[in-house]
Amino acid sequence: MGRGGGTTFPGRVLNTLDRSAITRLATRLPQGSVVVSATNGKTTTAAMTAAILAPRLRLAGNPAGANLSSGVATALLHTRGAELGLFEVDEAALPTIARALRPRVLCLNNLFRDQLDRYGELEILAEHWRKVVAELPPESTLIVNEDDPQLAQIARGREGVIRFGLEDERHGGPLPHAADARYCSACGTAYSYRLAYVGHLGEYSCPGCGFTRSKLDIRADEIELDGLTGSRFRLHLPGETRNVRLGLPGLYNVYNALAAAAVASSLGATADEIAAGLASTEAAFGRSERIEIGKRKLLLLLIKNPTGANEVVRTLVAGGTPKTLVIALNDGIADGQDVSWIWDVDFEPLLDRLERLIVSGGRAAELALRFKYAGFPENRIEVVPALGEALDAGLELTAADGELVVCPTYTAMLELQKLLAERGHADPYWRRAARARSEAGADKGDE
Amino acid sequence: MTVSIRVCHLYPEQLNIYADRGNIAVFRSRAERRGYALDVIGVGAGEPLAPDCDLIYLGGGQDREQALIAPDLAGRGDEISAALADGAALLAVCGGYQLLGRGYRDRTGVSMPGAGVLPLDTVAGDRRMIGDVSIECELEPGDTHSVVGFENHGGRTQLDPGAVPLGRVVHGFGNDGESGFEGCRLGKAIGTYLHGPLLPRNPWLADWLLGQALGRRLGEVPELEPLDDELEHEAHAVASGRARDRGGKFR
Repeated sequence: MGRGGGTTFPGRVLNTLDRSAITRLATRLPQGSVVVSATNGKTTTAAMTAAILAPRLRLAGNPAGANLSSGVATALLHTRGAELGLFEVDEAALPTIARALRPRVLCLNNLFRDQLDRYGELEILAEHWRKVVAELPPESTLIVNEDDPQLAQIARGREGVIRFGLEDERHGGPLPHAADARYCSACGTAYSYRLAYVGHLGEYSCPGCGFTRSKLDIRADEIELDGLTGSRFRLHLPGETRNVRLGLPGLYNVYNALAAAAVASSLGATADEIAAGLASTEAAFGRSERIEIGKRKLLLLLIKNPTGANEVVRTLVAGGTPKTLVIALNDGIADGQDVSWIWDVDFEPLLDRLERLIVSGGRAAELALRFKYAGFPENRIEVVPALGEALDAGLELTAADGELVVCPTYTAMLELQKLLAERGHADPYWRRAARARSEAGADKGDE
Repeated sequence: MTVSIRVCHLYPEQLNIYADRGNIAVFRSRAERRGYALDVIGVGAGEPLAPDCDLIYLGGGQDREQALIAPDLAGRGDEISAALADGAALLAVCGGYQLLGRGYRDRTGVSMPGAGVLPLDTVAGDRRMIGDVSIECELEPGDTHSVVGFENHGGRTQLDPGAVPLGRVVHGFGNDGESGFEGCRLGKAIGTYLHGPLLPRNPWLADWLLGQALGRRLGEVPELEPLDDELEHEAHAVASGRARDRGGKFR
């Protein structure tokens, strides 16, 4: 990263000069800071929270996904006039940033197995998060996704925790192959799952020590998933219930909405503000974002780890599997240099109806092998490493007013955004980032 | 009647982190396309090794999962060695490879005993060895092949004097980042740090292992008809380039 419009450069210089910069700059925010972290859904959760809070508060945030110390420091430099900091924070960077920011609200949404070459093992990350929570000031609010047993364990024993989760039998199933956190972190026994919703998120209990999902303070039920367009559900807040319509697809976005609702609620937002903010949230940067190319549309669905990709597959199948699909696999540092994770993704549900697969990116051939060994006919796979050519090949197979689904990994998505901007189909990355920041209410007269 | 290759997959619930099911999928597809069936029997802690097996497979796990199965595996040394003596082939990747040695000593000096099947010891180092890797293998005299993968391990593995590595490191760390050795080969048993998973982009190695397994089943190693491996070779070439450009080394 760092090439895409220089969103972190000033912050990087600053951090090198003064490691306490974040702490000092954060004191300029009269309402303090909110930190959201997760393996999947940080950007979307922060965007949803911003949409809810923007009418009420002037926000400083890092909406471009610049979620390391440098990104947070840069965002803090742009805080003039902002009242509250709202930051999405990389899961590995959380200890450093949380220590420096001393957030007023810390929201932990999920921990999945991600890029092992970059983040190391899940257990170690969970251990770091445990320390972050232990050091969190008692007056700060901790919000956890109670459906993630690791986070439930981390929150155990703390006063005033806000717990959120799902309550809908129809969307639960058995634990998938890529599930993490199979074993109780207290006693090592394998959890027993009554229902798994997304990866290892679900209703669990430990047969060994009896640890089980606690009562939920904020929950969603009666969830209706509307394919690739969005979802509807009943949002239960303490003492109040609202019908929520979400313009982002998939069960995973219901979790993100709950996280955002919990944060906003803890800061005093009303149920109506929450429902309205969630309904108004648009896709964040490549997360189920639609871009028009003439009469055709591109639907971008970021994939970056097994659980996230599984949910993208599930959403695609629910919306009617597309006949043509472009998947772009890069192996940069931000993607994970180890591409073995694609073998932990359950791509198989796509195979029934998929007619043509175009694989792209630096590791296109590796993806082709993943599908070949899943039983997809080799003669229906096109290996097109250059992203622009893959896009053209996909568009050629798309009806004149149709939609082409593209699933890129992180750096492939940045590349694609750049390409689309060059072709005049989308704003450049930096302009979108700046716009998102100003929409979030910060940067008054700063840009 | 279709000849069935019996594969004993040890601890599939715990040792599965580096896309080990990809390796199994490759075995299955390459066997089936030659007219053989693949019968995979998952064996967990406390269960006996599958009888009459032609191939034993062990994958890698995260530390916690490895620690959960280590005591069970440590008690299986004789059982696994007996299966090898009975002609079974074996592939162990990453954690499975380490734990088939005599043991693993962590940085606090605490030892986790291994199965003692492979002639090696592993000691934790201070930095993890992470990156693309390529090695040169010669499993049959005069027949050398490049094998490529990804490594991510904290342990430094030392082979006993006279023990045979799987191959020599061309780019990357290998067993310990110093010796130039990668993996271990003991007859028809192979242990290696290379995942990615290992077999999709190294179809030659998959076929060698299938051949050894079939050798036990049929009494002799059959000639396996060649398959169209164009995609596999393309993936191999890309991975090989990565190992050359950014394979790990201590600087």
